[in-house]
Amino acid sequence: MNPYNYLYVAGLLFTIGAVGVVVRRNAIVVFMCVELMLNAANLTLVTFSRINGTLDGQIAAFFTMVVAACEVVVGLAIIVTIYRSRRSASVDDASLLRR
Amino acid sequence: MTTSTSLVYLIALPLFGAAILLLAGRRADSWGHILATLLSASSFGVGLYQLSQMLSRATEERAVTQKLFAWINVGSFNVDAGLLLDQLSICFVLLITGVGTLIHIYSISYMSHDENRRRFFAYLNLFIAAMLLLVLGNSYLNLYVGWEGVGLASYLLIGFWNQKPAYATASKKAFVMNRIGDMGLTFAIMIAFATLGTVSFSGVEAASHTASKAALTGIGIMLLIAATGKSAQFPLQAWLGDAMAGPTPVSALIHAATMVTAGVYLIVRSNFIFDAAPTAQLLVVIVGAITLTFGALVGTAKDDIKKALAASTMSQIGYMILGAGLGPAGYAFAIMHLLTHGFFKAGMFLGAGSVMHGMNDQVNMRRYGALRKFMPITFATFGLGYLAIIGVPPFAGFYSKDAIIEVAFNAGGVKGILLGSTALLGAAITAFYMTRVMVLTFTSPKRWEDDQHPHESPWLMWIPMAILAIGSVTTGYLFTRGHALVHWLAPVVGEHAETEEMLIKPIVVSAMALVAVVIGVAIALAKYQFSEVDELAPENVSLFTEIARKDLMQDSFNEAVFMRPGQVITRVLVKGDESVVDGTVRTVARIVMGSGSTLRKTQTGFARSYAALILIGAVVLIAGIWVVTQ
Repeated sequence: MNPYNYLYVAGLLFTIGAVGVVVRRNAIVVFMCVELMLNAANLTLVTFSRINGTLDGQIAAFFTMVVAACEVVVGLAIIVTIYRSRRSASVDDASLLRR
Repeated sequence: MTTSTSLVYLIALPLFGAAILLLAGRRADSWGHILATLLSASSFGVGLYQLSQMLSRATEERAVTQKLFAWINVGSFNVDAGLLLDQLSICFVLLITGVGTLIHIYSISYMSHDENRRRFFAYLNLFIAAMLLLVLGNSYLNLYVGWEGVGLASYLLIGFWNQKPAYATASKKAFVMNRIGDMGLTFAIMIAFATLGTVSFSGVEAASHTASKAALTGIGIMLLIAATGKSAQFPLQAWLGDAMAGPTPVSALIHAATMVTAGVYLIVRSNFIFDAAPTAQLLVVIVGAITLTFGALVGTAKDDIKKALAASTMSQIGYMILGAGLGPAGYAFAIMHLLTHGFFKAGMFLGAGSVMHGMNDQVNMRRYGALRKFMPITFATFGLGYLAIIGVPPFAGFYSKDAIIEVAFNAGGVKGILLGSTALLGAAITAFYMTRVMVLTFTSPKRWEDDQHPHESPWLMWIPMAILAIGSVTTGYLFTRGHALVHWLAPVVGEHAETEEMLIKPIVVSAMALVAVVIGVAIALAKYQFSEVDELAPENVSLFTEIARKDLMQDSFNEAVFMRPGQVITRVLVKGDESVVDGTVRTVARIVMGSGSTLRKTQTGFARSYAALILIGAVVLIAGIWVVTQ
């Protein structure tokens, strides 16, 4: 199978994720979209690893997964804390930094 | 060169007094004046001790030095804070501390009703210390410190009664005009440093033999400017009349006997420069000749006794400057006139203070008269000073002033005739205005109100006056006996070879001077003793009188030529500063602020808009890279 098809899928996933981050208000959904973008990147890395016949891309993908796992832990904790104090998971409500 | 460790006490004692009196505050009110007087007297004692030491040494060993500390040590440029006491400075030291101590004693009584007497004595001590530093410094830089110090003390003392706005203005005027002169001294030091590489007297003297004439002329002219400022000489003389706002002892000490003669000291001290720079020396002579007539003319028109004496001081210092400008022939006589003048003018100022003391601080001579009966001692001491200043033999002024007139006549050629005649004319006018002062104050009929009760001053005041009067009688004879002062000063100012041929014999000069004096006295007697004197200054007077009353328009001239254009320049500069400099800065600030507040609008605080911006930025970046690499 043509390895470039994987790249198209990855591009599609990334676009969906990016649009989701910009468009959706719910912090959980935004978060999931971020994961989608990370996975798109992972898929790209693995594809390039396959195309080039080296393992560098796969190793980088593992790193990304580890980082993503950490990010999930911290990010969800923040979202839950914000939800507890504000009774809302909308990212637009947390705009206090402007002032 | 002999060294000494006790020179510093000359300065340290009065400086210590000033510090104590200023720092102790009101606690010292009861004993401050006594401490200050004692310290001044002990400084005089140190001076006498130094003189005795000096006399016990051979002529070439007489100068002593003391190095205090290394002051400036940069590369090859070294200036020590050092003191130099030689035959010239010892004259000044004794004059400053001697007359200074007498005036301290006088002030104890004169200022006894002033609640700030302690502060007054602190400033007096500060002045003595600064003036001693001026005459004892061994380099122009050390001299400069004292030079500024006396300027400060003069400023503080002229404005001592600064609750009166006019007096505060007078002190500021004196300070500012002195600053102009000080610039001259600054420039002289800079030129000496740049061209000769040294600023010490001995160094400059050694270098002056090989230095270029232009540099020496430059230094000489700058030193002359300095001298005109401090000594109230033309064209910087306008401050001295107003300086009479200070208490009378201040006028006697600072503005008659010592500080205003600093310019003469500077020129005589720098004799090696002026001897090598004839142009500068000629300018000195011209300044002296102009000022001696200028001051004398102003003196004829003043009704304020202190201002008349101030004008006379200006004129007499003109004589000294004239003498100092005549080279080795005149240096010693300039110093001699300076010393005798220190006695008789200080004595007369103290006499004027005594008269004011008895007349409820009235200074207008037209409201005096017939005070001889009421103040016999003041009359006698003032009278002796008067005889000395107009040059009646055998009083002091006769010896010193005639010597200068004689040297002026013998300067040679047209220059000599001109200078001699000017000095002679000045002597006649001096006789006129001093007789006027004398007659109006003491011998003409009384013109004061009956509720005034003139009385003789207490003994603390008349004893200093009497001592100064004795000085005005004897000093001239003592200094000239066997050419004592001329020989004494010769190692410093250079030996003057006896001129092969005198243009005019001394006896002829003396005779001419006496005739001039008699004419002046006669006119004054006819005008004021034997005819009515108005209690108010006459209104419809000739233009000349009008001009003389206004100090020969010096203030108007300064105002029109320097002050008004100066104000215009400052106004233009302020405008320029506001529009150009401030304008540029404000515009830059406005642009930065405007762009900042525009950019601020992108910072919405919404995480999604930031994300969108990052996304757009990334896309643009990638698109850019793609376009470039294609």
